[in-house]
Amino acid sequence: MIQSIDYFAIAAPLILALVAGLVLLLDAFLPATRRVRTALGLVTLTGLLAALAFVVAQSPAAAQGLSTFCVPKALNTGPTPMCSFVVDHYTVVFAGLALVAGVVVVLLSMTELAGGGIPVGEWYFLLLCTLVGAVALPASRDLIMLVVALELVSLPVFALTALKRYDGRGSEAAVKLFVMSVVSTAVMLFGVSLLYGITGTVYLNRMAATLSGQLPAPGAPGALPSVVAVGVVLVTAGFAFKIAAVPFHSWAADVYQGAPIPIAALLSVISKAAGFAGLILVLVAALRGQAATWSPLIAILAALTMTVGNLLAMRQRSAVRLLAWSSVAQSGYILAPLAIAAGSGAAIAASMAYLVLYAAMNLGAFAVVMLVSRSSPRNELNDYRGLAFRTPVAGIALAFCLICLAGLPPGLAGLFAKVVVFREIVEGGLGWLAVVMAVNTVIGLYYYVAWTARVVTPAAAPAHKLARIHPATWVAVAATLAVAVLFSAAPQLVLTLTTLTG
Amino acid sequence: MSGLSWLPVALLAVPLLGALLLLAPPPALRRTLRLYGLAVSGVVLVLAAIMVATFEYGQAARMQFTLDLPWIPGLGVRFHLGVDGISLPLVALTALLTFLCFVYLGVGDGRGQGQLLRPRAGGSRPRALVFTLLVLEVGMIGTFLALDLLLFFVFFEIVLIPMYFLIAVWGGKARRAAAVKFILYTLLGSVVMLLGLLFIWAQAGTLDMVELAARHGAGMSRAVQVIAFLAVGIGLAVKTPMWPLHTWLPDAHTEAPTVGSVLLAGVLLKMGTYGFARIAIPVLPEGAAALAPWLGALAVVGIIYGSLACLAQRDLKRMIAYSSVGHMGFVLLGFATLTTVGINGALFANVAHGLITGLLFFLAGAIKERYSTADMPSITGLLATLPHLGSVLTFAAIASLGLPGLAGFWGEMLALLGAFDPAEALSRPLFLTFMVIGGLGAVLTAAYFLVMLSRVTHGLPGSKAVPVPPGTVLAASGPGDEATGPEASLAIGPSDETADARLEKTGERIGLLSHMPDIRRYEMAAWVPLIVLILLFGLWPGLLLSLTTPAVEALLGVVS
Repeated sequence: MIQSIDYFAIAAPLILALVAGLVLLLDAFLPATRRVRTALGLVTLTGLLAALAFVVAQSPAAAQGLSTFCVPKALNTGPTPMCSFVVDHYTVVFAGLALVAGVVVVLLSMTELAGGGIPVGEWYFLLLCTLVGAVALPASRDLIMLVVALELVSLPVFALTALKRYDGRGSEAAVKLFVMSVVSTAVMLFGVSLLYGITGTVYLNRMAATLSGQLPAPGAPGALPSVVAVGVVLVTAGFAFKIAAVPFHSWAADVYQGAPIPIAALLSVISKAAGFAGLILVLVAALRGQAATWSPLIAILAALTMTVGNLLAMRQRSAVRLLAWSSVAQSGYILAPLAIAAGSGAAIAASMAYLVLYAAMNLGAFAVVMLVSRSSPRNELNDYRGLAFRTPVAGIALAFCLICLAGLPPGLAGLFAKVVVFREIVEGGLGWLAVVMAVNTVIGLYYYVAWTARVVTPAAAPAHKLARIHPATWVAVAATLAVAVLFSAAPQLVLTLTTLTG
Repeated sequence: MSGLSWLPVALLAVPLLGALLLLAPPPALRRTLRLYGLAVSGVVLVLAAIMVATFEYGQAARMQFTLDLPWIPGLGVRFHLGVDGISLPLVALTALLTFLCFVYLGVGDGRGQGQLLRPRAGGSRPRALVFTLLVLEVGMIGTFLALDLLLFFVFFEIVLIPMYFLIAVWGGKARRAAAVKFILYTLLGSVVMLLGLLFIWAQAGTLDMVELAARHGAGMSRAVQVIAFLAVGIGLAVKTPMWPLHTWLPDAHTEAPTVGSVLLAGVLLKMGTYGFARIAIPVLPEGAAALAPWLGALAVVGIIYGSLACLAQRDLKRMIAYSSVGHMGFVLLGFATLTTVGINGALFANVAHGLITGLLFFLAGAIKERYSTADMPSITGLLATLPHLGSVLTFAAIASLGLPGLAGFWGEMLALLGAFDPAEALSRPLFLTFMVIGGLGAVLTAAYFLVMLSRVTHGLPGSKAVPVPPGTVLAASGPGDEATGPEASLAIGPSDETADARLEKTGERIGLLSHMPDIRRYEMAAWVPLIVLILLFGLWPGLLLSLTTPAVEALLGVVS
């Protein structure tokens, strides 16, 4: 039986995969010169933009939902169509986010690779593979595809982390990430297999119908056994590893610090977004009926994640480690509304809005960190002293992004992101979580403001001038700053984008 | 009046554009920076004056010059601005004080010590200072204009960042710690306030302050109102500041540069009290009624505590800072009475405190520059050495202690009068007790100001501090540096000297001290408007009260 494939629906991952192959070929046949390194970066960038163009083109059609890889009608016994790959509004938002973040990561990579010492072709190939996973994941509607896409996001990242050869920290980080990720995948697969065993299906919509009792559960005639709860907890734990939620957070700082900075940025935005996309899909599309099991779990995870992340971030002296823990804390804020996601679509929209705003602010911060890392390899907070006077644009961009992350005016993007989340959890009846979040916001202010203060206080010692920077990084800084300012002035853009999901 | 709805926008846009323009071309504006700051804030002052002139005084209770545009429809946040009788004086006060700060910084040759815009070896970053002050002005004016809860919060917070830098970059010796304490304290309060505002929003379903005030709490249960009042009140009380949440204030005031202290005392503290008048009391009347006794109690503790703390201070700036705690106690007591009289008094005391304490901080800055210390026992005989400065200090001090005929009197008198006859829902004996304690506080206030005057302005001009010869330029952290070395040689001789010898020495000292400049031109220019207004409101309180009374009656609506 031949399946018909809707190539328009899978255009974005398809293009990325083709470009990935192309980059590898070009790298093999072209001489390893500086110009070729730049050219490969530009090819990757073009591929990303082409994929982005397709995602944008899909967005009108996404209202109805483009689906492909469906179970043929003849074999489908259930009332609803079962498809593995669906492009709807949710998919478009997450895919768009991953691709735009990917553009920034590629821009940062061009600086990282300009120094040589890292094989360029492999770098871009692996980067594109990760993005294929990140774009395919939000479209996945069955558990197998979900796990495969998630692994596609994770696996290339180990290699990317270790690609800086003869670097002890990088290798250590890669091993840590590898072990953590494999363990989490194993945990998740166990949970997936339990769920499959009970429901007899991997399709999310069918699983939801089975678990809510509309369809008979082949694995458990009669009442659902409590092993369903075990499956739910294990799947949740698996995703919690990916998004570095407490208590599965301990890898974050070492890995971020050991990895090249563009990869740290990728981990903190793209890989995290992919993790959230998968988590939301599983929880809401498949396990909505089990909300009684996972809602309190997510609420507690969120509270722990934001608190522990913030407390750990307070003690950091290294910029990247601080961003690592701060991104753990931010994960907590993104998780918080998911605790009530079963009851309202607005809660998912709040999480997504926060994620989009967070991506802009965090990438901005990473872009400036990349800039500074060229002249101060240790990249400690004290290296930022007086940055606003040495290179005003970078200083202002970093200060603005940090204030956004802290959620203070004039960084309104961060403030409104927090307000949206606050509103959802207060309306959802989780007052205690709102209070925990308020306290955490204050803790967060401390380290963001302390860093910002360093940026704008004059350096006592004659500061070393920034080394010559690849223009691509400046483009990244300017672009992220522009987006952060735009989101601050008109947060409505993001809210409109994400609420259509509902 | 809808024809003038551009006015509030212009009040915000002019300083904002002025600040943004500074970012663009670095060299072009460098020479004219002093004039630039003066011009931008002058335009804002003119706009505020137009607003004062075209305000319909017959309808002071109604929001005028309103502008209402959707901003973030997804959250229901609107860009809603307007003024009524409560906010108009504060907008005008903000525009005036900011302008006077620029006058202080920019008039004359700009070589005065407090004139931070002067070119200096260490680099005082004049462009950044003008930028900071203009952004501060946007936040301050915006807070008083905003009619949307979240918009109010945004402006309320925008103020913190420039003020942080004002203290942390241009402050005294311990500026870093003071700035961090300031920002952490106020941010903590702000987050609690944000929670309260979001709680109101969740319960009432709207962020529109006008509509919420018109509802007088309808639709919110008593418990909800009490919780919301508590949260919002804590946030505002940190800013006001109310005892025991005041501990950031003395450090911030002592370390801030003169213009920072003036704006901090003159405007920033008012944002807290304004919040009570605009949000906490009208929107949550039942919550206010339930918590008013506590508010009143903390207010009178603040009055007594502030006064006693003032008596114990040696540092002039610190003393004035603590006096703010006491004065703000009167303002809060006025609010706590929930009567027209009391709230009117509170609003009056608010404006009066802005004028008087602004002047006092200007004077303290001037004294600190000349003596390079603000240690009161080290400064004596100010009236003999610098008669004009001494006289103005005397004037400001007696205005602050509440001499009838000056602005400081009416507000506190009305606040106490309000406590004599509080709103029906409140316990009269309790408030009578508050009134008596508050009255005692007024006596203590008089006491510490008179003690200060007797120390500083009277006596032989035997300063232990070394006067700063004119034209001396200190290092970047100058104003905070205390003279140490030559103190001993200049101190009054041992007691076994004859009276003649001592007189002779004193004469020499007067000769030496007379090198210290008396009030300079730029100082005069900055202070005279304040002195005039203190006299005007002191002699003609009706001017201000007629403006606030209808608005207060409207906002109390159900309560009284």
